[in-house]
Amino acid sequence: MNNLLVYCEIEDGVVADVSLELLSKGRKLADQLGCKLEAVAIDKNLSKIGDQIFPYGADTIFVADDAKLSPYQTLPHFRIVTDLIKKEQPQIVLFGATSIGRDLAPRIASVLKTGLTADCTSLEIGEHEDKKNKKVYKNLLYQIRPAFGGNIIATIINLEARPQMATVREGVMKKEIFNKKHKGEIKKLDFKKIVTAEDFIVNILDRVIEKSKLNLKGAPVIVAGGYGVGSKENFQLLHELAQVLGGEVGASRAAVDAGFTEHERQIGQTGVTVRPKLYIACGISGQVQHRAGMQESSIIVSINTDENAPINSIADYVIVGDVAQVLPKMIKYYKANTK
Amino acid sequence: MKGFKIIVLAKQVPDTRNVGKDAMKEDGTMNRAALPAIFNPEDLNALEQALRIKDKFPDSEITILTMGLPKSADIVREGLFRGADKGIVLTDRKLGGSDTLATSYAISQAIKRIKDYDIVLCGRQAIDGDTAQVGPQAAEKLNIPQVTYAEEITDISEKKITIRRRLERGTEVVSCPFPLLVTVHGSAAPCRSRNAKFYMKYKFAKTPLEVTEETDKELLAHKDYLNIKVWSAQDVEAEPERVGLAGSPTKVKTITMVELQAKESKKLSDSDADIDNLMKELASKHILG
Repeated sequence: MNNLLVYCEIEDGVVADVSLELLSKGRKLADQLGCKLEAVAIDKNLSKIGDQIFPYGADTIFVADDAKLSPYQTLPHFRIVTDLIKKEQPQIVLFGATSIGRDLAPRIASVLKTGLTADCTSLEIGEHEDKKNKKVYKNLLYQIRPAFGGNIIATIINLEARPQMATVREGVMKKEIFNKKHKGEIKKLDFKKIVTAEDFIVNILDRVIEKSKLNLKGAPVIVAGGYGVGSKENFQLLHELAQVLGGEVGASRAAVDAGFTEHERQIGQTGVTVRPKLYIACGISGQVQHRAGMQESSIIVSINTDENAPINSIADYVIVGDVAQVLPKMIKYYKANTK
Repeated sequence: MKGFKIIVLAKQVPDTRNVGKDAMKEDGTMNRAALPAIFNPEDLNALEQALRIKDKFPDSEITILTMGLPKSADIVREGLFRGADKGIVLTDRKLGGSDTLATSYAISQAIKRIKDYDIVLCGRQAIDGDTAQVGPQAAEKLNIPQVTYAEEITDISEKKITIRRRLERGTEVVSCPFPLLVTVHGSAAPCRSRNAKFYMKYKFAKTPLEVTEETDKELLAHKDYLNIKVWSAQDVEAEPERVGLAGSPTKVKTITMVELQAKESKKLSDSDADIDNLMKELASKHILG
């Protein structure tokens, strides 16, 4: 009882990376709390789902397996997970901060009248002393996230209501195999009484999921552009440098919002988290949300006309200059210095 | 056919791009009074979708509902200038400090008081919190279906609405009967600007809290459409223990102003020599190769 539950997203029979990352983190938190790690999987053809989930340390997988439950729809998944939480009483439930997790988790938190913290960048276990009521809460989930436009880092706690719920972006936690041979128990959920015909009121007419061609997380070099790049045309220079260096192009939210490049290239709290060997930040001022997504890069080069841009303080090399001038030179001297 | 009854949820948000030192209070909640306030960007996308429905079905009625400080009446007026029909400001000290659960409860109570609606439209998320929770939570409390991240309403008829959703790695087209709640993604069409005719019509629209002079009182008494309603927590029958700090399960334990841990960084110019040296150094460290 009072275990840690991870909602697993499944697309085409494959468990999403973000869910495996959460299981990896959840395993550590569960060990710290001395509780079990549980997963819930809702989709079709799930007879072999354990092969994907158990190696990441889950002790139990709750499975709802039916063609009608795939692809994801809010109400059927909402009914099943809510019912499971009511029965199993987990102390913590984690979701990916994805189109699915951010659609599902708030609806569940609402009906359970509990708290939910969105887009956490760190999760820890800790205690809290309520001085006014002279009460000490042990083993709370610290839900840590940048807030307020990234100007502060807030630690959010939920004292009384249960479960404690949080969403986490893809790439924030590290995906780590716990034990390849780890096995747990599979429990089938009897959902037929819980999900009614009315729960299928939203009708999916068409669904196009592109397999992402982009692999930002796996790129050894990332050339990322911010608002300071100035235009869509200048972004082309980033692509040229990335191609020469064998890397990928990323972007800050400001650059994406300005329409310089596609949303899937966004790095940071509301995008992807990356840890490349080399991160070249071009015209990026470096708000905390952006830094949250790239500060673990091995080497950071910042190119900025503003000598005092916040990102410069975490950079290994700072080039004070204009992106449009500097990038062509980088391409030229890279070619000159490597064969 | 007759039009649709549409509620647009809008939020006045602090412009988080311009944050000063006095922006936070000691309890970790925001000091909204200290910041420039704007119409939450994705709520404007939501308003545009509502206006497009009204373009097609002119008998539709758009009500802007906002919860916040009394000065949130500003965004109700902004909505009226762009084509909305009326507005309600839900404001009460008791609602201060509400987290998303308490906020969605108060808003759903206000919607229940409005009672007659086909569609609730709102932005996916507000820039001051980026949580994207209030929409789905309000839908749950109203016990209606939700369609999140709408990019375009591709079709609407008496029986159902068809919506294209923007997902991380693709799109989905769904249809749903009424009533429902729709959250609108920032990639949807931007909101049209103010309309001169509506601006003239609603220029003097005010809430009872804003009316001070006798001339105003007379004007508003004669022209009902200039009255922006103000509702309190009690007006929407919100239980006191479910709103404000008391009704918010999440607490801010600590806040840390972001201070950068300065690394020893090498400063370079954009000269050929400096960049040549940099590329040599990266190659020698096997960072590049």
